[in-house]
Amino acid sequence: MTEARFPRGRAAMVGWATHGMGEAPGQSSMDLAAGAGLLALDSAGLTLADVDALYVALPDDMLSGLSLAEYYGIHPKITGNNRTGGSAFLSHAIEAALALDAGLCDVALITYGSNTRTNKRRYPAPPGESPYETAYRPNLPSSYALAARRHMHEFGTTREQLAEVAVSARKWANLNPDAYKRGDLSIDDVISAPMVASPLTVRDCCLVTDGAAAVVMTRGDRARDLRDTPAYLLGGAAATTHRYIAAMPDLTVTAAAQSGPRAFAHAGLAPSDVDVLQLYDAFTINVILFLEDLGFCPKGEGGRFIEGGAIAPGGTLPVNTNGGGLSCVHPGMYGLFTMVEACRQIAGEAGDRQLADVNVALSHGNGGVLSSQATLLLGSAATL
Amino acid sequence: MNLPNPEAEFRAFLAENRFMIQRSRSSGRHVFYPRIAEPGTGARDLEWVEASGAGTVHSFTVVTQRGDAPDYNIALVDLAEGPRLMTRLVGPGADTPDIGQAVRAEIETPDGGDPVLVFRLVGAGEAGQ
Repeated sequence: MTEARFPRGRAAMVGWATHGMGEAPGQSSMDLAAGAGLLALDSAGLTLADVDALYVALPDDMLSGLSLAEYYGIHPKITGNNRTGGSAFLSHAIEAALALDAGLCDVALITYGSNTRTNKRRYPAPPGESPYETAYRPNLPSSYALAARRHMHEFGTTREQLAEVAVSARKWANLNPDAYKRGDLSIDDVISAPMVASPLTVRDCCLVTDGAAAVVMTRGDRARDLRDTPAYLLGGAAATTHRYIAAMPDLTVTAAAQSGPRAFAHAGLAPSDVDVLQLYDAFTINVILFLEDLGFCPKGEGGRFIEGGAIAPGGTLPVNTNGGGLSCVHPGMYGLFTMVEACRQIAGEAGDRQLADVNVALSHGNGGVLSSQATLLLGSAATL
Repeated sequence: MNLPNPEAEFRAFLAENRFMIQRSRSSGRHVFYPRIAEPGTGARDLEWVEASGAGTVHSFTVVTQRGDAPDYNIALVDLAEGPRLMTRLVGPGADTPDIGQAVRAEIETPDGGDPVLVFRLVGAGEAGQ
């Protein structure tokens, strides 16, 4: 097999924004995505006229790439509408980096928005479409619950350990004024919350909010002209293992075990080099699975790894510093929010939750029902 | 052109109270859900064979519904032939199985509805599970 030639550090995030966080009544998903994109361009000192590559995937519009180009009144050379679920936006960034490096475009805008909370229409649930499964009425939580139960069975992961993931996220959210859910949350609170799909309670499940996020990318050599603190894309990789949970090859091993090592190889980095992680925490089990699969602890040790506040503020490995999908924001698809928070930590813009000396941030997206995984490694200028 | 229609054929078997799965003639591997080619190899030599109906519980969950609607279980079952599928457990202990517990396939036909493949627990949990 040919060795991959990822354009390490030759593309960078130069603008980013979140928008309409929590509740944004009256906004359509397109309004929100468009608004986030404009804010991200503002933050880079760029305008719509500069954008020649557009990447988007909205929940209610199969052809959202076309719709957003029309809404913006631009004619992009590249219109990316990859739909691997919440991981799509990380794949957009990988594709944008390749296109920028090849000179196929100069400014790539990646954006997403959804009014999942205030919209009165329900979006069709992603699972449940398999003709062989609809009779059993699976939903998103039940698919993740099946994986959580299997992890508990194989590795002795406890109900309390799952709960501590949510508690850690809440502690970070309490440092973030944009977080939708703030306030005290204990392990007992999580476990005694209403059951959704055993063993997961409502506090093991991500929020259902409105919100939007966007990132602007340019070639690395131009990045410093646009922003003092770009976030350079050092490596990125994706992998898909299945669509429906019954076809997941191993319920306790995600495709992050493939995307992570490839992203690290592209970047020439190891897990020990990472200062902060932003992991797609649709459910508490995700964080445990991804810490294992990305190489931060051995398989099966994720539950024990996160105990004792290890990933909470003041812990040994900061994870989901914005409060994550569990406590900050989760408008249907969360992947882009992991990218924005990684950029903010690298740029030193994260307010009360800002960590000292962040040079390498890992952003990880999940799509479907643990089906599609994509990993980005972002770095400060010091990592080039 | 006479193309295979795996889903329609599977459902027609179910309507005859038969649980059929596919097997590749070249590899001997069993396949579920039904499709036009063996996953992984693309071999277009799948034939229908009677499933034994034997399996074990791989994982399970009980879904809580809002309001007065009753809870319901969802299970993943590993068939003795290899494939894993999503199903519902029925009968005693259906909401509290052990992982690894043996199950057997049944075909349930709700009043006025289409036949559905379900599984019933057949014994206590496997030793060591």
